[in-house]
Amino acid sequence: MAHSPLLRSFGKHWLKPLTLVALIAPFAWLAYQWAMMLAGLPNDMGWNVGQWTHRYLGDTAIRILLVTLAISPIRDITGWAPIVVIRRRVGLAAFFYAALHLLAYFWLDRNWSLPGLIADVTLRTYIMLGMAALTLMIPLAVTSNNSSIRKLGRKTWDRLHWLVYPVAILAVTHNLLMVKIVEGDPTIHAVILGVLLLWRVGRWVIGKLRKPQEAAA
Amino acid sequence: MDLKFRRNPDYQTLRDEVTPERMFMDRRHILSAAGFLGAGSILGALPACSEPEQTPIAPATAGGHAAPGAALTAKKTAFAVAGGATVEEAFAGYCNFYEFGTSKEDPPRYANLMKVSPWQVTVEGETDAPGAYALNDLIDYSKLEERIYRHRCVEAWSMVVPWVGVPMHSVLAKLKPKSTAKFVQFETYLNKKEMPGTNRPSLQWPYVEGLRMDEANNDLTLFAVGAYGKALQKQNGAPLRTVMPWKYGFKATKSVVKIRFLATQPATAWNKANGGEYGFYSNVNPNVSHPRWSQASERVIGGKGGFNERRDTEMFNGYDKQVASLYAGMDLKRNY
Repeated sequence: MAHSPLLRSFGKHWLKPLTLVALIAPFAWLAYQWAMMLAGLPNDMGWNVGQWTHRYLGDTAIRILLVTLAISPIRDITGWAPIVVIRRRVGLAAFFYAALHLLAYFWLDRNWSLPGLIADVTLRTYIMLGMAALTLMIPLAVTSNNSSIRKLGRKTWDRLHWLVYPVAILAVTHNLLMVKIVEGDPTIHAVILGVLLLWRVGRWVIGKLRKPQEAAA
Repeated sequence: MDLKFRRNPDYQTLRDEVTPERMFMDRRHILSAAGFLGAGSILGALPACSEPEQTPIAPATAGGHAAPGAALTAKKTAFAVAGGATVEEAFAGYCNFYEFGTSKEDPPRYANLMKVSPWQVTVEGETDAPGAYALNDLIDYSKLEERIYRHRCVEAWSMVVPWVGVPMHSVLAKLKPKSTAKFVQFETYLNKKEMPGTNRPSLQWPYVEGLRMDEANNDLTLFAVGAYGKALQKQNGAPLRTVMPWKYGFKATKSVVKIRFLATQPATAWNKANGGEYGFYSNVNPNVSHPRWSQASERVIGGKGGFNERRDTEMFNGYDKQVASLYAGMDLKRNY
């Protein structure tokens, strides 16, 4: 399957542009909701547009981050290597939505009050964790390009981008701590992250077990 | 979960019986669904949508009390809040009623499944008048008052609601609590078929809440049967709910089926779910943060287009004159 010409052509010509469209779609939908709201027309945002907006952006950021982490397991399971070419842009999109999430919070919830934001970050554990996640994403976003890989060298670059794991754990914990009871979407996010992390632990353990066998053979 | 529930035959039957009022409440949802599925197919099937302002012609239920949405006559009182009441659609469309689901959209969407007629309230515990009461025996509908109170949710938002009801003490006096009754507990209706949210363990069901007797007998405390001049909508706790405007909203009990007089402090739903964050008193207090967020200010729901101003939260939600004496000498940081 992984070597069919159709799939190869798809990977070469369609995968990247389609991914871009998929990553922009949540933003386009938000823009549509706002346009409807500003025009006084029915929309999905309800009676608390500010909260709805920053939560929507935060949820989108976490979900795209989880997609980023799902890419290498998908490659390993399907054997379709070209899928990894979209990983960097998916990760960048997660950063983009996370940054918008903070901006929307700062604007719609805190009315651009810097003391208000600082109080939140220092007093509220879940906001501190979210802030830490976003901060750790900055070096990853800045180096998500070919020239950075060349400059840093593949090994250093890989080591730096290992930060995506603490970022994901911080982001999902931030999400879990926000709600009044452990239920619904934040729990689903946590379970998916758990599976994705366990997959990597499993792969690492299997790799360790195999190596001595290979050496013996 | 939701999809499975929509396939439930009871839900289908109720969908076929939807009233114009219900569609009015639900029109956001209907319109957005229409946007996805093509307006013709959905709106064509729901002709009543074109007359949303119609009031339902159902003055009384089989139980004799006013049906949700029916007009009520109430005496005006001096209780008012500057700025006036929140737009009614926000009150009906933005509420927590976890029995129907944990999102704000769930109660208006699913509450119509709940049967509120006939309705009985069981009175038990430390009382000389135990038994099952019809709503009309508890509430004197000729003595209804309208009281405009600010309603403050623990989630740091607020509304201003013109409640229709009677002071709770006028009802409790009829129920003859014994001198040993120091607390009163309220219990919400529970029916797993009619309340999709109760199939999930979000809270322990049924929902129970409680007050100290002196809190229950405070003149501010109401048994509400209506709001905005009409009998309560189901998502707002029809046909009977409690209102204590100086406490966070979750202290109120919606769709009350049980009143239990007790000698000791009763268990309460949110306290059982997370005692470190939700205490028995849960008085509105801007100086005591929720462990995870500030209570110093609140969003005023109902702003134009869904944009809500922020206002500073007041001690006891602005009702300190009426209730501060109830807590004289108490450490309100410890008794949160």
